[in-house]
Amino acid sequence: MRTPLLLDIAADACPERLALGGSGDGMDFHAYRARASRVAAWLLSEGKANTAFLGMNGDALPVLLFASGMAGTPFVPLNYRLADADLNKLVARSAPAVLIADDDMLRRIAPVDGVELVARSRFEAEFMTGGARAKVDLPEAENDIAVLLFTSGTTGDPKAAVLRHANLTSYVMATVEFLGADEDQAALVSVPSYHIAGISAILTSAYGGRRIVYLPAFTAEDWVRVAAAEAITHAMVVPTMLDRILDVMVETGETLPALRALSYGGGKMPEPVIARALAMLPQVDFVNAYGLTETSSTIALLGADDHRAAFASDDPAIRRRIASVGQPLPSIELEIRREDGSPCGPGEHGEIHVRGEQVSGEYLHRKAIADDGWFATNDAGWLDDGGYLFVEGRLDDVIVRGGENISPGEIEDVLRGFDDIADCAVLGIPCVQWGEKVVAVIVSRSGAPDTVGMAATIKARLRSTKTPEQWFVRSELPYNETGKLLRRVLKAELAEEVCAG
Amino acid sequence: MDLKPGSRWKSAVCDAQLVVVRPPRTAGELQCGGATVLPIDDAATPSGAVSADFAEGVAIGKRYVDEDSGLEVLGAKAGQGSLAFNGAAMTVKGAKPLPASD
Repeated sequence: MRTPLLLDIAADACPERLALGGSGDGMDFHAYRARASRVAAWLLSEGKANTAFLGMNGDALPVLLFASGMAGTPFVPLNYRLADADLNKLVARSAPAVLIADDDMLRRIAPVDGVELVARSRFEAEFMTGGARAKVDLPEAENDIAVLLFTSGTTGDPKAAVLRHANLTSYVMATVEFLGADEDQAALVSVPSYHIAGISAILTSAYGGRRIVYLPAFTAEDWVRVAAAEAITHAMVVPTMLDRILDVMVETGETLPALRALSYGGGKMPEPVIARALAMLPQVDFVNAYGLTETSSTIALLGADDHRAAFASDDPAIRRRIASVGQPLPSIELEIRREDGSPCGPGEHGEIHVRGEQVSGEYLHRKAIADDGWFATNDAGWLDDGGYLFVEGRLDDVIVRGGENISPGEIEDVLRGFDDIADCAVLGIPCVQWGEKVVAVIVSRSGAPDTVGMAATIKARLRSTKTPEQWFVRSELPYNETGKLLRRVLKAELAEEVCAG
Repeated sequence: MDLKPGSRWKSAVCDAQLVVVRPPRTAGELQCGGATVLPIDDAATPSGAVSADFAEGVAIGKRYVDEDSGLEVLGAKAGQGSLAFNGAAMTVKGAKPLPASD
């Protein structure tokens, strides 16, 4: 099954229902499919293998995603927050491709063979404006890769996760009811296109018949303003966003009466934040979702009733489920395994493994899935007696700050470039605002390290979110007998210091 | 008939439209309202009568299964006929919808 089918059957069943944009000037499902088909015809005439996108959220994005599926060209959304050098590496890896890029991002892209640059303004003038014309009938495409998403992995070099049409459509059809949304439902999408949730939101909304309203990029002020103006009923946020949204609601007095469902994921939600959200938005159903790019989004979720039961319970075992990601979806299998591969019992910590049709577990040129279909998530976790899943973060040491995965290795690489640095480690330490914050532990040769200068260099070379927020100077770092840095020991010590301080 | 996943069909006797979600393990015919379904792009308009034995209707968004063969079909448009695989009535799959998470 292919992703364009999801749009196709919705457009046949309810052509006049609004699919994208504002309630006053939005695009209906008929026009959505017709525009996507015209874009697909153009992509086919360009003859490039991939369709890449570099830009802010907007209606052009879902039209491009479905058009890519129709044309059989994998859709490759690129991360505009990357430093130019890293971005251009990904642009080169997306070749041969048509790359549609926001006009103000065009100058960041170095010319590369096989990549045809198209300004978004030109694309939108051609395909997104004026009266919708009839759809173009195209032969069913063959390429079964729907999306390539670059994820930041353990090595720091992004891996291209492969999501096939069968993975994505299985996920959508197993989790969403076809046209299950009422006509007045609207989802506010603020996660970027290069995040799996940005992709899955497009597919689940089309199949569910729910209108999407985009924020070009997240700010709490815009989120609250648009949610109120468009009577938004559904939204997905990362933990950092929610706390700031609540602040703006307090400042403006906005109560968002139309809102009925908020899902969150992409990092640990601090309990005080969710407690505050439940109190301020009593009419809203909260859903905590856990998933990975390689699993086509959600594989476990903590539903609204679970949230209420946890907060209402005096039983510590029930109460702590507020910090869980709920139960695995009925359509997948999930196991916690020991290092030797044997299954863990309830309460026993191990690595989360998952199997199901939505699980791709595949990177370009490399399958990471076992022959029997099980995928090792590289996330540590455990299941309680009731089958609720608790996720403890990456088995390796990727820092998850505000939903963004940050690889310590590349920050350490920059630090090691300083003559004064004898040794260093970059770690994520739990923090209420971001889930984790980046801290650096350094061994200085001079004894008087210029941490301000180092921070400025990291900010310039990488980006601000990767810049350590706290610095610790040590005489040496802990290693085991085989010379491996004991990150966890260091992390535990620092977490105590940070809390104590 | 090739009932492959994602293939689209329409009833020959009512307005129902269908999408195959899971193929059957054995070859056979998908029927609606007692008549063999047609490919979605077939030019024929619905004609003839819905069989009284298969008149419970197809609902939009509902999933129908034939347990024996594993065939699973989505109602993409509603109609008066009900579904069968090789003459055996298909049953509604009672799945509780999950809350939106994306």
